[in-house]
Amino acid sequence: MSLEWPILSVVIWLPVLGGLLLLISGERAARPIALLTSIATFVLSIPLFTSFDSKTASMQFVEKMPWISQFNINYHLGIDGISMPLIILTSFTTVLVVLASWESIKTRVAQYMAAFLIMEGLMIGVFSALDAVLFYVFWEAMLIPMFLIIGIWGGPRRVYATIKFFLYTFLGSVFMLVALIYMYFKSGGSFSILDFHALSLTLEQQIYIFIAFLMAFAVKVPMWPVHTWLPDAHVEAPTGGSVILAAIMLKIGGYGFLRFSLPITPDASNELSWLIIFMSLVAVVYIGFVALVQSDMKKLIAYSSIAHMGFVTLGFFIVFDIFDKTGSWENAALGVEGGIVQMVSHGFISGAMFLCVGVLYDRMHSRNIHDYGGVANKMPIFAALMVFFAMSNAGLPGTSGFVGEFMVIIGSFQANFWYAFFAATTLILGAAYTLWMVKRMLYGEVTNENVEALQDLNGREFVILGILAVAVLILGLWPAPLVEVMHASVANLLQHVSAGKL
Amino acid sequence: MIDFTMPDFTQAYAEIFVLVMICVILILDQFLSDAKRNITYYLTQLTVVAAAVITFNQDHSVSVISFSGMFINDGMSALLKMSLYVVMIGIFLYSRDYLVKQGLLKGEYYVLGLFGMLGMMIMISSHNFLTIYLGLELLSLSLYALVAFNRNSPTASEAAMKYFVLGAIASGMLLYGMSMLYGANGSLDFTIISNSINEGSASKQIQAFGLVFIIVGLAFKLGAVPFHMWLPDIYHGAPTSVTLYIASAPKIAAFAMVIRLLAETMPGLQTDWQTMLIMLSVLSIGIGNVIAIAQSNLKRMLAYSTISHVGFLLLGILAGNEAGYSAAMFYTITYALTSLGAFGMIILMSRNGFEADRLDDYKGLNQRNPWYAFVMLILMFSMAGVPPTVGFFAKLWVLEAVINIDMTWLALVAVFFSVIGAFYYIRIIKLMYFDKSETDIAIEGSADMRLAISLNGILILALGILPNSLMALCVAAFA
Repeated sequence: MSLEWPILSVVIWLPVLGGLLLLISGERAARPIALLTSIATFVLSIPLFTSFDSKTASMQFVEKMPWISQFNINYHLGIDGISMPLIILTSFTTVLVVLASWESIKTRVAQYMAAFLIMEGLMIGVFSALDAVLFYVFWEAMLIPMFLIIGIWGGPRRVYATIKFFLYTFLGSVFMLVALIYMYFKSGGSFSILDFHALSLTLEQQIYIFIAFLMAFAVKVPMWPVHTWLPDAHVEAPTGGSVILAAIMLKIGGYGFLRFSLPITPDASNELSWLIIFMSLVAVVYIGFVALVQSDMKKLIAYSSIAHMGFVTLGFFIVFDIFDKTGSWENAALGVEGGIVQMVSHGFISGAMFLCVGVLYDRMHSRNIHDYGGVANKMPIFAALMVFFAMSNAGLPGTSGFVGEFMVIIGSFQANFWYAFFAATTLILGAAYTLWMVKRMLYGEVTNENVEALQDLNGREFVILGILAVAVLILGLWPAPLVEVMHASVANLLQHVSAGKL
Repeated sequence: MIDFTMPDFTQAYAEIFVLVMICVILILDQFLSDAKRNITYYLTQLTVVAAAVITFNQDHSVSVISFSGMFINDGMSALLKMSLYVVMIGIFLYSRDYLVKQGLLKGEYYVLGLFGMLGMMIMISSHNFLTIYLGLELLSLSLYALVAFNRNSPTASEAAMKYFVLGAIASGMLLYGMSMLYGANGSLDFTIISNSINEGSASKQIQAFGLVFIIVGLAFKLGAVPFHMWLPDIYHGAPTSVTLYIASAPKIAAFAMVIRLLAETMPGLQTDWQTMLIMLSVLSIGIGNVIAIAQSNLKRMLAYSTISHVGFLLLGILAGNEAGYSAAMFYTITYALTSLGAFGMIILMSRNGFEADRLDDYKGLNQRNPWYAFVMLILMFSMAGVPPTVGFFAKLWVLEAVINIDMTWLALVAVFFSVIGAFYYIRIIKLMYFDKSETDIAIEGSADMRLAISLNGILILALGILPNSLMALCVAAFA
């Protein structure tokens, strides 16, 4: 499927140009320009969904022109059913982030909004790049605005957090760069990701490449044990930064596994799937317990994100075991699709949770759970929404959080009972840490005069959280459209993976 | 019997023109009062521009050797000279602001600067041990004098003394190595030596012995570890306008010297010099990046950063093929431009009697002036090799060169240390963006300086987004 106009380029460069315009325009016009740009980008990205042909697994809306002819590097864009939902998620979330920062950011508003818009364009670029160097350029460039967002508008330990964030991610990705160059020579001079998919590699080569990719993507996801940058970054980032980080940036790691690791190194993925499954289960169980003892709201949600992303990677890498047990790649698709649904759903839910924290933080300037108590008495509408999001974070049926987790758990049962057993602990742990936090914050008597003085949501905040609640509900009750668009692509991916390269 | 053919002077028009202009400026400057010193400046810039026009109009599609094999004009010399002119224009432009601010505006700066440029042009076009040494000494002597230019400053005098002593030792090493090769091969001409080495008639031992000394000399001039000791002291001690000079243009000439000596003269000894360059490169990347972290003075920090960049540049050369040389050339040219911008920023930030060379002087620059903070951000990310700046493509290309010759381990070491290097670059960004400014003094600078430094930053970004044309030129230079 394709359109008359280069839709992917438009949704990548429109926000970038909007961001540059903001840097020139100055403070006063910053908010409206940012909002208009982000809404325009979102509206323009909708045809990606409506004109999407879900029957084919080939790349759609393809744009290709030479960029650096010396190395056969092309400006090559295109999306399939795996990347399309993530692009829509990105453009959707950015609108909410711009709205959410409307009042809470008071200094250097233009630079703040510009950073978010430029980052939006770069993130969409990551999801749609089909050339490895183009992908890498977007992937690294994305670090710059995030680095500035945490460092300039973040909390007291922002400098430590942002430098840690930058160096961690940078360290992970440079090894990926070496792997990409290596494959460039192996493929006889092509940086096309699709050529890499077809590239024949020995198991040994695959394992080295797999490890290089793993370093990049595991840091981004983040997987245990390289997750430690995330709680710091989340805690110190301003609300908008946390939302983008949790809702989109983490997904880029998951997306990387699907676009690079599995199809380029299928046999190494098979060989090392035990490692990823182990790391994922540790993330689910151990990080779940870690989340339980947090006293800082943002930290708690950050750890909860790590646990939920553990589900994503678990879903992606149990496919080999499912296939060994059942002999059917149809069944295995459940794991990957569950992982993708979980990514989108976690995008909504974690974004919403951070926005809820932001609402409280704007009023009380504290993220400490102990400083709250009985908030529901003063903010009933807010409390209702927050409880709803907490329930979906815990995986309540009927919300989007349930769908992905359920699919992955069903998939794990087919793979190995114990995988499912450990994965399912999240239903208890997730409920425990989220609901306990909600109980301590929202319910009971009003504990202090600061809470006494709280005002309920204003119209803007209500709209933001309301939209997210609707999204969570729709995806929970009717996930079919999302699953349908990705079905052909996932089936194709698994077919490719099953064929192997040896 | 005298075998004398008239040399083809047209090949050296640019050099001859520059030499004539230097003499004119030198004499003219004596008759100018301090108020009219700008005339010297404009004449200097005019000389560089005119030299650029001459070089540009020369036919560089074929390689022409003239002056009895002393002098060569080829694709590489044309591209390197053109880059040299661009960098020199930047240097003279930025330096004027500094010299005016510090009350050092003297005609000698320009004359010495042009002499240095002439030396570099000769190095780039050399095709004989004598010419290359002549060019190198012309450059070095001008630089020694420039470092001591502010004669009232004890640190500058100390730096000049160190530079002179160490530079003389390095020249001695180089000359000694050259004499060995002369002894073994019986000629100073690059083509003859290259053929003689390939024939294998001369003693391999003597050649390898001479090669070691030549590499030591080159490493000294480039500033590669373990011959890097002079670099931080000179960068730190010299007046910033001179540091700007040393840190940018001579890198281009040094690159030319390495290519002329190793790649063109001694391809037959490649296995020998490749191993030596690997050691120099790994040590430079490692030590340069690690020690830079401990610096609190920006000029010193950039000196160690230079050392690590030299290591990266050597990666391309040690690959020992056209792709590698082109990669190293791209790296050198873009690094010279980035370095020019970085020292230009130091000059822009400094005031009369105040050198903005401490890291803390950059605190809160984003508050004081968001645009220059942004320019500095681009320059720092380019040095760190983060896309979408040109530094990324420079690194990408040299990494490709070493992976292509199956030295992936070398690429892994290089990228690992470049992550460590990223730390001290982003520390500058941290200071500019995350910290509060201690002063709110406005940034002074002439209009052309402000314009030039803005263009310099934009150029680094633009080359990062569209590196194709410069890459094509670098490839063509070795085709």
